[in-house]
Amino acid sequence: MKKNNGKAWLYLLPALLFLIVFMVYPLIDVFIYSIEEGFNFASQTYYGVGLYNFSYVLHDPYFLQAVQNTFLLVIITVPVSTGLALLISVGLSSIRPLRELYQTIYFLPYVTNTLAVGLVFMILFQKTEYTDGLVNLVIELFGGNAVDFIDGPYWAKMFVLCFYTVWVVLPFKILVLTSALASVNQDYYKAARVDGTPRLRVFTRITLPMISPMIFYLVITGFIGAFKAYSDAVALFGTDLNASGMNTIVGYVYDMLYGDSGGYPSYASAAAILLFAIVLTVTCINLLVSRKKA
Amino acid sequence: MKIVLDHLTKKFPGRGRKNPGEVAAVSDFTLEIPDGELVGLLGPSGCGKSTTLNMICGLETPTSGTIHFGDDDVTKLSPELRGVGMVFQNYALYPHLNVRQNILFPLENLRGKDRLSKEEMERRVSETARLVQIEDLMERKPKELSGGQQQRVAIARALVKFPRVLLLDEPLSNLDARLRLQTREEIRKIQKKTGITTVFVTHDQDEAMSICDRIAVMQNGVLMQQGHPQQVYDDPSCLFVAKFLGTPPINVFEGVVRGQTLYIGGQPVLPAGGVKDQEVFAAVRPEGFVLQSDGPLSCRLERVEVMGRDVSVISSHDACTGPAVRSIISAESRVDTASSTVRFALKPGKAFLFEKDSEKRVTVQQN
Repeated sequence: MKKNNGKAWLYLLPALLFLIVFMVYPLIDVFIYSIEEGFNFASQTYYGVGLYNFSYVLHDPYFLQAVQNTFLLVIITVPVSTGLALLISVGLSSIRPLRELYQTIYFLPYVTNTLAVGLVFMILFQKTEYTDGLVNLVIELFGGNAVDFIDGPYWAKMFVLCFYTVWVVLPFKILVLTSALASVNQDYYKAARVDGTPRLRVFTRITLPMISPMIFYLVITGFIGAFKAYSDAVALFGTDLNASGMNTIVGYVYDMLYGDSGGYPSYASAAAILLFAIVLTVTCINLLVSRKKA
Repeated sequence: MKIVLDHLTKKFPGRGRKNPGEVAAVSDFTLEIPDGELVGLLGPSGCGKSTTLNMICGLETPTSGTIHFGDDDVTKLSPELRGVGMVFQNYALYPHLNVRQNILFPLENLRGKDRLSKEEMERRVSETARLVQIEDLMERKPKELSGGQQQRVAIARALVKFPRVLLLDEPLSNLDARLRLQTREEIRKIQKKTGITTVFVTHDQDEAMSICDRIAVMQNGVLMQQGHPQQVYDDPSCLFVAKFLGTPPINVFEGVVRGQTLYIGGQPVLPAGGVKDQEVFAAVRPEGFVLQSDGPLSCRLERVEVMGRDVSVISSHDACTGPAVRSIISAESRVDTASSTVRFALKPGKAFLFEKDSEKRVTVQQN
């Protein structure tokens, strides 16, 4: 038995080695950075150990703005994108002609570069002195006043960011949900038909419970993905996110490391640890809820 | 409820460029099922029996022909308006609902004047559960049940609406051999108790013969023969039906009729009154052989299997189309196992003649 244990560890060694070097060590290192006070990047020295970095970050208005933005993004985009994806997948699986064409169309954003898409969104939503974007032209057509979605009021910018995020994450969710729907045994639907089950009831009592594991998977990964959002905001509002007030937590971490105000790995680490704590808490809650339902 | 299927035909369109032609799954199927009978649709896989069942159920619409339940034409009605209960091959029990909720499900779908009160629903559910003896399992999920128990839950779910017709698609194929015997008895018992007209589909002739009031044998979408199991067994209308029914299977010989006598391997074996001279297939049931030292049919003895009640003699004959001639004789008659040949006489009622080309039955006058 002893000998076998040794062998088992030997077999695990390659994987463990990589995990330790690239996952465990950086995690510990980030934690150490976050509690080293007054760390000087050039001389690699610090004054003492404590929670000052956390206190600084939590009192930084930019960080609080980033937290607000991130939470808004999460709370709006995850339910909206999952609901929309469900609606579209159910629609897709109930039509026969042209289904494959639509599937391809809905999947296209997934293979498109996010920055390129961001550029397109910027052009669609922008309002400059010379031209209005397509969206503003439509608004004016219906008699509304043009809004600068890219550099205007906060709610407009948040709307574009959410719209963009939903649009980007939708294809993957549709892909997962259509395959989940396709894997439901057709006999359940036949049985429901024989019993004269109304369509809505078939959906809520049969389809939804059958694909609920996939929906929970999408919600959990959606939460995590939205909490880690950064590139979406950059694609729309440029790299100086603090100035436009559209920063996210990951964006804040990046700015602390490399941005104009960069060179503060301690603050960045503290913010990263805070993000980790938030994501962990939310994921645990998600898992608890899904387990209760299952 | 009497069911009448009149010239029922179902054609499926060709799929893609490879198989452009349409496929006739069921052609010109006419059958009358009397009220309260248990009928088995029997045939090899792909013969259209499940399609026929689905048309009776309403899951498929026939290309042509009509379906009547009693005096009602239900051909164009959707399943829920026909008053049918269906048991699927894999039972299709909703995995996230427990047994009680599964049985309750069809009742909860009823709307308007058919809607039952909560107490009435509960009463119906427990009544049906008692009928199939699953009262102790009501709170379990389907995956916590054995195959046989799931089967009963599926039957209960089909019966809870008091349907006019009960349909079962290969109800026993997912059960092990012992459970299959037990369950088919139970299906029969439940059917007798409720008196509901029942159609079930199977590829197992043993199953169909043992419990059905009436069987309908299908091949390639065509109804070959229907009737009481014993009657079909004793009087097959074509070679396919003769071969399909009976275990062990019937023995088929190539033979010739000359001068109103059947010759197998050049030997006259049986009088064939009223049959004109022609080449035929002669099919003999295993129990149609009589051991006789001067019998006309001489076979090479291969082995003898003793089964207690009777003896199975396995031999071979050049004219036999199968690999071996299997005959069942009573245990009292002694087979000389040392001998290399065994000689049989044939019982006239157990041997059938079929035309060589059409494989249709040739009637022999018995006297």
